[in-house]
Amino acid sequence: MDYFLQQLVNGISLGAIYALIAIGYTMVYGIIGMINFAHGDIYMIGAFISLVGFLLLAAVGITFVPLAIALVLVMAVAFTAVYGWTIERIAYRPLRGAPRLAPLISAIGVSIVLQNYVQLAQGARVKPLQPMITGTMSLSTGGDFRVTISILQILIITLTLVLMAAFTYFIRSTPFGRAQRATEQDRTMAALLGVDVGRVISATFVMGAALAAVAGVMVTLYYGVIDFYIGFVAGIKAFSAAVLGGIGSLPGAVLGGFMIGLLEAFWSGYFSIAYKDVAVFAILVLVLIFRPSGLLGRPEIEKV
Amino acid sequence: MAPIASLRFFKEPHFIDAARAAGVAALLALPLLGFRLVDSAQGLSLGYRFSWVVTAALAVFLGRLALTYSGIARHEAAAWVTRSFPHAARIRSHVPSAVVLEKFAPVLLAAFALSLPWFSFADRTLVDRATLILIYVMLGTGLNIVVGLAGLLDLGYAAFYAVGAYSYALLSLNLGLSFWVCLPLAGLLAASFGLVLGFPVLRLRGDYLAIVTLAFGEMVHVILLNWTPVTGGPNGIAGIPRPDFFGLAFVAGSPEGEPSFAQYFGIPFSPLHRVYFLYYLILAMVLIAGAFVWRLRRLPLGRAWEALREDEIACRSLGLNPTRLKLSAFALGAAFAGFAGSFFASRQGFISPESFTFIESAIILAIVVLGGMRSQLGIALAAILIVGLPEWFRYLDEYRMVAFGAAMILVMLWRPQGLSAQRAPTVRLTPKRAQKAKAQAR
Repeated sequence: MDYFLQQLVNGISLGAIYALIAIGYTMVYGIIGMINFAHGDIYMIGAFISLVGFLLLAAVGITFVPLAIALVLVMAVAFTAVYGWTIERIAYRPLRGAPRLAPLISAIGVSIVLQNYVQLAQGARVKPLQPMITGTMSLSTGGDFRVTISILQILIITLTLVLMAAFTYFIRSTPFGRAQRATEQDRTMAALLGVDVGRVISATFVMGAALAAVAGVMVTLYYGVIDFYIGFVAGIKAFSAAVLGGIGSLPGAVLGGFMIGLLEAFWSGYFSIAYKDVAVFAILVLVLIFRPSGLLGRPEIEKV
Repeated sequence: MAPIASLRFFKEPHFIDAARAAGVAALLALPLLGFRLVDSAQGLSLGYRFSWVVTAALAVFLGRLALTYSGIARHEAAAWVTRSFPHAARIRSHVPSAVVLEKFAPVLLAAFALSLPWFSFADRTLVDRATLILIYVMLGTGLNIVVGLAGLLDLGYAAFYAVGAYSYALLSLNLGLSFWVCLPLAGLLAASFGLVLGFPVLRLRGDYLAIVTLAFGEMVHVILLNWTPVTGGPNGIAGIPRPDFFGLAFVAGSPEGEPSFAQYFGIPFSPLHRVYFLYYLILAMVLIAGAFVWRLRRLPLGRAWEALREDEIACRSLGLNPTRLKLSAFALGAAFAGFAGSFFASRQGFISPESFTFIESAIILAIVVLGGMRSQLGIALAAILIVGLPEWFRYLDEYRMVAFGAAMILVMLWRPQGLSAQRAPTVRLTPKRAQKAKAQAR
């Protein structure tokens, strides 16, 4: 039971990171119907920027941990958002209205460029960071197995929940959110009604990148090691999470993220670490067989 | 005068535009190029190289200006041509159109491919590269059935390629079967994997299908990496037997009493024989596959695939069975990958999971999309462009993959519809044909 609880805690923390990335996939898919293949690499960029940020702050002499984390979050979000904006501008915008697969190939190209660019600029070796937050709290002390939740895990989960809440409010209740939802439903009609569609799409990419950057900061703190390749696997899993929850649906992405995180934690805890990815993808396939449009997705109604 | 003129230049919209682009470039470069993470015994520390940021910003500034002015120049040149030669448009319509070109180009290309090893410039490296390109043409042809004809987006195609390669390696090493027995077996095995994947995804559409195929590809990759007793894990399988010329081995001397290829034909041994043989072998496979698909598209099955691609519901309403169509497309496409895979394994003599990553699937998909989807000729040209060119740019070294990704983006921006795009159905009812059909009906 204690072991179970421990895996639950680990799974939720991991799931929070996936959920943050998955939102970027699901929003972009919702608004322009394309798989933003480079999104996982945006997250990787965010992780690298956060690592640079931590080292920079240490060099400047800011050692107060909460302040350092807050500053790095701002830094990572700002710079990663520029990456998101630029990528949309260069690689996706000119392809609006092109055959459906063209932006996908272009996105794969962006992903290859980003991975190799970071590899060239920062080297291929894994980059370690000294753990910054080390405290843990015990959840249960009975028995010989202690269930712990680290301060960092609490931070990750809280931050994710706060961001989700803020984000939901933003999409539901602000003029921009309204414009965004309108664009998602019918781009042409939204444009006719005076919505600046280009700007809305740009902003969607910027927001997705910002959330991915937060996930990048969290993962740097959580695992303490990053390399240029982390974006690929995390990207596929987050995309699986988005699909699992029903692509295009924000709550779905969050649900899917937590499910994938939990599944991965339990599988590694009880079965084998080597095959945890196989388990994740197998569940994805199984769920899609029975609910072809994801858990919370609306089935598409097609007419001839 | 001069200073004022130069000041005005700074207010030019093109200049401001370029300056903005440079600013964005500087922002992008600052965190990742401006700082360097240095590993050392004490842990990670930070290095600085702000000159890189300045260089990047300058390069983007100049590039942007050059792009703008070349665009203006091209526009003006085109305008000048129309003004000075009003008949230019009419002349252009007399130039043989793309349609005629597409009729003859495949024949020319095939003739060139057949005679390639006889040209004086064709050294061993060139033929080797051509062999590699042909492997990708084969893979592209197979994926084209799934993506281009049946319209099912498959992001895990390298999995079938891997199944083909590993089945040849395991069958020939463990059971001692020859290449010619393994080739069809590998195709069959890959096809059955295609069916296995096909069943669960029958109900999925579009991008759901894409993610499931991607997941399938990753699963196969993970299993290859971890199932060490069978697949050798990350070390792969080495010492895979090379193909022989219908029982005649390509070796110097005589293997165990049987004559080698060179002895049988009474020619001096040369290591080139095998290179040329492999080249012609894959060329024959590609030509057969191409002809097969070309015929298939005119058969009811191929036409039904095209109908499925255009509209699944309409297809169902017309009495076609989407289940059978999808499964047959997956199985056939996978079989082609199986053939290519077993050829690849026998050519390399060594395989490892490294060769069957997602990048491989992405490259094959890029070939199909760039080829214009469903055009054989387009696939051949795209394979030359995507696989061939980077091979010649090996001296770029570590910059090669960045250049490759950038080229992938640029090519898509340049021709989003592919090199030779035709969405038109392969067989259509022309008035002439309709009359003929009517006459026959009477």
